Amino acid sequence: MGDWVQSLIDGGMVPAAIPAWVHYLTAALVFGGVIVFGFVLPIAGITTWVERRIVGRIQSRIGPNRVGPAGFLQWLADGLKSMLKEDIVPTAADGPLFRFAPYVVMTGFVGTFAALPFTSALIVADLNVGILYVTSVTALVVVGILMAGWASNNKWSLLGGIRSAAQIVSYEIPAGLSIFPIVLLTGSLSMQDIIRSQGAGPFSWYLFANPFTFVAFFVFFVSALAEGNRTPFDLPEAESELVAGFATEYSGMRSVLFFMAEWGNLYVIGAIVTTLFLGGWQIPFAFENRIVQHVLEFATFFLKSYGVGVLVPIWLRWTLPRIRVDQMMTMCWKYLVPIAFVNLLGTAAWMLWVAPWVQMLVRVTLLGATFAGILMFLRRVVYHLEYAKLGRRHLSFNPLGTARSPG
Amino acid sequence: MSLAGFEVEVQRSAADGGVVTEDMTLSMGPQHPSTHGVLRFVVRADGEVMKEAIPDIGYLHRSIEKIAEKVGWHGFLPYTDRVDYVAAMFCNHGWTMACEVIAGIEVPKRAEYCRVIADELCRLHSHLLSVGSMAMDIGAFTPFMHAIREREYLNDLFEELCGSRLTFHYMRIGGVGWDLPPGWIEKMAHFLDRFEPLIDEYDRLISYNKIFTERLGGVAVITAEQAIDYNLVGPNLRGSGVDYDVRKDVPYSIYPELEFEVPVGTGEMGAVGDCFDRYIVRMREMRESCKILRQCIRQIPEGPVITKVPRNFKPPVGDAYVRLESARGDMGWYVVSDGTAFPHRCKIRTGSFSAISIVQLVSRNLMIADLIAVIASLDLVAPEIDR
Repeated sequence: MGDWVQSLIDGGMVPAAIPAWVHYLTAALVFGGVIVFGFVLPIAGITTWVERRIVGRIQSRIGPNRVGPAGFLQWLADGLKSMLKEDIVPTAADGPLFRFAPYVVMTGFVGTFAALPFTSALIVADLNVGILYVTSVTALVVVGILMAGWASNNKWSLLGGIRSAAQIVSYEIPAGLSIFPIVLLTGSLSMQDIIRSQGAGPFSWYLFANPFTFVAFFVFFVSALAEGNRTPFDLPEAESELVAGFATEYSGMRSVLFFMAEWGNLYVIGAIVTTLFLGGWQIPFAFENRIVQHVLEFATFFLKSYGVGVLVPIWLRWTLPRIRVDQMMTMCWKYLVPIAFVNLLGTAAWMLWVAPWVQMLVRVTLLGATFAGILMFLRRVVYHLEYAKLGRRHLSFNPLGTARSPG
Repeated sequence: MSLAGFEVEVQRSAADGGVVTEDMTLSMGPQHPSTHGVLRFVVRADGEVMKEAIPDIGYLHRSIEKIAEKVGWHGFLPYTDRVDYVAAMFCNHGWTMACEVIAGIEVPKRAEYCRVIADELCRLHSHLLSVGSMAMDIGAFTPFMHAIREREYLNDLFEELCGSRLTFHYMRIGGVGWDLPPGWIEKMAHFLDRFEPLIDEYDRLISYNKIFTERLGGVAVITAEQAIDYNLVGPNLRGSGVDYDVRKDVPYSIYPELEFEVPVGTGEMGAVGDCFDRYIVRMREMRESCKILRQCIRQIPEGPVITKVPRNFKPPVGDAYVRLESARGDMGWYVVSDGTAFPHRCKIRTGSFSAISIVQLVSRNLMIADLIAVIASLDLVAPEIDR
């Protein structure tokens, strides 16, 4: 983006009297605003609708279907309602901290988008420490959550905040350690460099580069779920234990900011996973038309991120129960951290000592095994769909014989 | 520590001037998502670890036993529905049985079958809610919705049977209010055909889920001795490995004619008497209930469903204590008659009341999240505790 602003200045497209840093700042703010209001917030909102529709199907019900086609505008209606609601600050709460906490959470979440790529050219700032920046700015979320938990002056909120702090701080370690095998392979921390060093097809993704990155993918995914407070790691806001955890005392738009950060974070998880392991925006063909090229790259990146980061966690969330605090800590420190260390060392050793033809063989095996697994899973899905079709006669069972409205 | 008191116990480390820690007193309830009604626990906790959880009951006390003395024998029947609104049929059954014992009324055979069918459907009804909310309290929402879906069909069946979906008021002194509607038996059989495979589906979906068994296995173990000492009944007692079921051991109604097994906890996911055992006993009881219902469908005789009982019902002087196996275990009804149109005294003994008394014992040194599992696994229903 900096190059583009420089070219504008050089081309005399903007008044030369104004110092260059003002142009840079304006460009950054405008671009940031476009990203936040044109992409981040709608994504977070639409994800709530997607989640509720999918959950409806999982739970044999319909989900939101009143506002707009198939309930698509439900998120706007909900947002409007929340904005109009009274913003209650409990008398005993620490006012300034209480009011400030949602913004810290939101900042930590939106800040990640500064270094997330969308296409080969579309990135707010292609930092040379991009991936480090993303992981560290995400840690700002825990500060906000801890603030919210403490300032609410409610013991359930406090427990939620403490749980969140313990959880995010712990799971940062396996998440960070799972990034480093990729950094070793690439030799760069820049998001775009990581993507450029992979290829378009699954064969040249880092997911299948060696057995250690393959494991690192799962370690990272689990840790990212935990950092995003998603089931089975949704302990900070476990509604059956801590009422609503750190968000118990929040109402109206402030509470929505927390949940928007949570839903938006899913996309961030997906984007990081896609960048590191799934080849990012790489597409197999280059197009003369740069617009077509970028649209296709954007679609590739978005679909991968959304599938891995949003749809899979939604599926997990509505299938799995929640683990307990001590089990969560055990899992992190006894299993994920050692595995992540082994991955790091293993990748280094792999790069140093394993012959290229062995590497190729392992790559092909991993790829084949993954595809076989996916095929077996799909077969199971088809089988269960057929099974459900057989049972449809029973599903329509209605003792009273009365007509029921579907809604 | 007294119940109402919130005095804080300050613990000092051995060396003077060391870290001073205070226990945190949490008030869980009466408005808490997983206390299953209006129920409160005073939790003394050190961080996430509970020192103690003291139940505080009485929020749902409606003087139902006193009402019995004021509204007469027939008039009290609708009130019995409110004793345990999750399994109202058993309370109907208990009251009518007690009245019939005092007055020496013979109940027609078909009415007994109708009662048992209604009872067992109600047991499914109650257990579905219990295992569903258990899963929800552990964090899995989907099994709860699936359980509610099946419960909806049961509600439809009940609605057709007695016009009501929750507080049934189906039984009468001397029999049942209405005969089974035409075609209802076939609908029930249809439901059973559909429901029995679904129990397997629940087992696949949640019962043997690794996270679920880890959360429940070995948690809050109640030994057989403790269970007997604290007077636990029903699935909670059987979860601790004690083979005791009123339907088998103190038979009433037509249960001696029916074949079924009494599932007991085996400790397959940890120790005998842990939360998982209490959960899985309920799942297995649902299968047994289906078995009983199928036998009832085969064996139900023709005939009248109610004995003529005078409108101005005045049983002779006397008293009766009847017991029946409700969804929450051995339910006792002690009724005293002084020969007038109003009962002299009524005392109801319910399973949840004895179950809640053991919470304080088993909750020591558990995590706060485990308290939720304990409450859910004991299947506490607040109105039944307070009455």
